[in-house]
Amino acid sequence: MPDPLLTINNLRIEATIYAPGEKPRDAMIVDDVSLTLQKGKVLGLIGESGAGKSTIGLSALAYGRGGIRLTGGTITLNGREIRLADAATLRSLRGREVTYVAQSAAAAFNPAKKLMEQVTEATLHHGLVSKSEAEARAVELFRTLSLPDPETFGDRYPHQVSGGQLQRAMTAMALCPHPDLVIFDEPTTALDVTTQIDVLAAIKSAITRTGVAAMYITHDLAVVAQVSDDIMVLRNGQMVECGSVQRIIEDPREEYTQALISVRRIDHKEKKPTDTPLMTVENISARYGAMGVDVLSDVSVELYPGQTLALVGESGSGKSTMARVITGLLPPRVGQITFDGKPLPGALKDRSREELRQLQMIYQMADVAMNPRQTVATIIGRPLEFYFGLRGRERDKRVQELLDAIELGEGFADRYPAELSGGQKQRVCIARALAAKPKMIICDEVTSALDPLVADGILKLLLNLQAREGVAYLFITHDIATVRAIADSIAVMYQGKVQRYGVKSTVLAPPFDDYTDLLLSSVPEMELGWLERVLEHRKMESAGN
Amino acid sequence: MKGIPISALLGLFFTVLYFLAAILAPWIAPYGMSEIVGDVWEPASTQFWLGTDNLGRDLLTRLIYGGRNTIFVATMATALSFSLGAILGFSAAVYGGWVDQVMARLNDLVMSIPTLIFALVVLSVMPVTLTVLILVMGLLDSTRVFRLSRAVAVDINVMDYVEAARLRGEGQRWVIFREILPNALSPLVAELGLRFIFAILFISTLSFLGLGIQPPEADWGGIVKENREGIVYGIPAALWPAVAIVTLSISVNLVADWVLNRTTSLKGGRGA
Repeated sequence: MPDPLLTINNLRIEATIYAPGEKPRDAMIVDDVSLTLQKGKVLGLIGESGAGKSTIGLSALAYGRGGIRLTGGTITLNGREIRLADAATLRSLRGREVTYVAQSAAAAFNPAKKLMEQVTEATLHHGLVSKSEAEARAVELFRTLSLPDPETFGDRYPHQVSGGQLQRAMTAMALCPHPDLVIFDEPTTALDVTTQIDVLAAIKSAITRTGVAAMYITHDLAVVAQVSDDIMVLRNGQMVECGSVQRIIEDPREEYTQALISVRRIDHKEKKPTDTPLMTVENISARYGAMGVDVLSDVSVELYPGQTLALVGESGSGKSTMARVITGLLPPRVGQITFDGKPLPGALKDRSREELRQLQMIYQMADVAMNPRQTVATIIGRPLEFYFGLRGRERDKRVQELLDAIELGEGFADRYPAELSGGQKQRVCIARALAAKPKMIICDEVTSALDPLVADGILKLLLNLQAREGVAYLFITHDIATVRAIADSIAVMYQGKVQRYGVKSTVLAPPFDDYTDLLLSSVPEMELGWLERVLEHRKMESAGN
Repeated sequence: MKGIPISALLGLFFTVLYFLAAILAPWIAPYGMSEIVGDVWEPASTQFWLGTDNLGRDLLTRLIYGGRNTIFVATMATALSFSLGAILGFSAAVYGGWVDQVMARLNDLVMSIPTLIFALVVLSVMPVTLTVLILVMGLLDSTRVFRLSRAVAVDINVMDYVEAARLRGEGQRWVIFREILPNALSPLVAELGLRFIFAILFISTLSFLGLGIQPPEADWGGIVKENREGIVYGIPAALWPAVAIVTLSISVNLVADWVLNRTTSLKGGRGA
């Protein structure tokens, strides 16, 4: 076997944590991780947030973000130890031998400079080739990454191209100096599924064509299965297991890996619509301010008591606007909402307290949905006090019951939100909504900010609560797997219109309309060769047309 | 009292000392407030610890009584400016729309007139009593607090938890006092320390110009005014109030810094 490109041995990474109001303390971010990467191979690093995957990725550049220190082990790149290398050595290898593709291309590009200048910057900085040659390389890469008008693409500014194109431009930037190794740090996480598949395909073909080695960091096992040769599963800064893609997907040995693979396979039987809907939305159109276009046009859906209606769509499809209309934050321009047999006033201020109580909301970011200065007891207790006039011991008792219902047990009532984990925060938000004993809860992307296993727990909890309390959910999400797990009926939204609507089994079964087909087929599946198959299929279809 | 940094302890000590001296003035001052007890500008001695002033009154006594007036007026004015400025600022942010516009523009209007000139004009037509002084200073200073609290509240007002409270049907009172105020406390506390010192300087300036606290009542600015001619002859009487102002300013801000650190913690100050 030839010398490996990168060898990391017993890597240990530490950081000092400065929590506000607390004494600084040292924490172990990565503990005793070793890996080897051969030339031209792709290693997928996978794990939940806090697993240390980005930190390990950046250590290949001997770089630690914000106060992170590489305190132990060796990092050998092209036969050279780089963990303790001096600044000059590091400068010469960063952006030349190893390059980096960040998660948010929109935040990583300088908005004031043209793309070409930024894509060729590292190449020219290292004096590798002349300016015209570097630009020729960039154009060639734009072509490889199937960017539109490769000849003139570089003349645009970052705001003039879409998010998916920008992510590909950053990939071009990373590949331009002809590096030996590229670190992809969640390059498709911030993208819509239909965009993600294009970027994924572009990255994969670029890797194959240039023969570069890569580390691909993501939390999505289905994505990493499409591009990697090997996968390393990480948890809390330690390696769980490592092996070829096929071995990990088909024969995971560790319990944690098995859990990651079987995630979102909740078996949920759809309920049939009953006679009278709980909420009927009829011909709603809405727009923001004096803007001339409707963000929602002519939307009609129904939600039945104790059931779940999923609103599915990509960003900009109007699904969150729908939530704002139903909650009364954005009165509709035309149309009528009927709730529990009575028309619901369009504006929040015209609704009675009882109407408000019946309709609760859970937010995407539990972090900012709870007042950081209130304890859990206050957060959950306030609706009890407000709607039911419960006070003192009665209130505390009910708060504890609710905490039990969300599986949080004793000792949580006195905590502040900053003392909870992401999943616990979302559970408290669920308890706050439940406290009002509503008939319907709007769940706005409640699981998208959470790690897959935690999200799974939340979905199961929501299903249990629905079975017990008979509450209906309007579930807004962009994630098809979540929809499959929880929905009874589905409305697919696209550009402010309902594209497809019905019970789950009908919506998710052919024949599809074009958009739903595109959306469904773009969802990565935990299967080797899925990407190629979809692309092949699409090519054939477009050739057939 | 465990875990209080030494700087905060020092600040706390002097702040408490000054406030106690102010409150207990009649009992701890060695002589009567305007009692003439010696010669003009006597040097410091065991009898007169800081010497005597331009009329032969004991300077330490004058300083203690002066501190009483200065600190009282400054405290009341700061309290007024904060309660008024913060409530109006939060309301402007929460109500938004034309209410916000009218309040903010009126505030700009008042702020466009230099505070000192504004105060001098008002005080030259009004009878100078403690109440009027406090009202004028408090109202003028509240414009600054208004601007700060509005800016802070506008940011907080768009947080999801405020929206959640609105969706619950909470009134503006709950939103302002329970959702916004606790989260706006840190910048307000920082501003409080600063504003209190500005108030002390302001009342001292007014007294120095003769429009503040009227003789024979003592106050720090007034003592400077009465003894300023002494400086020419090398008599330090006019400098003592300055020392008092400086030490009080620093102490109050040390305490404010510590409180600020405590309020920044999102864990209720536990484990700080």
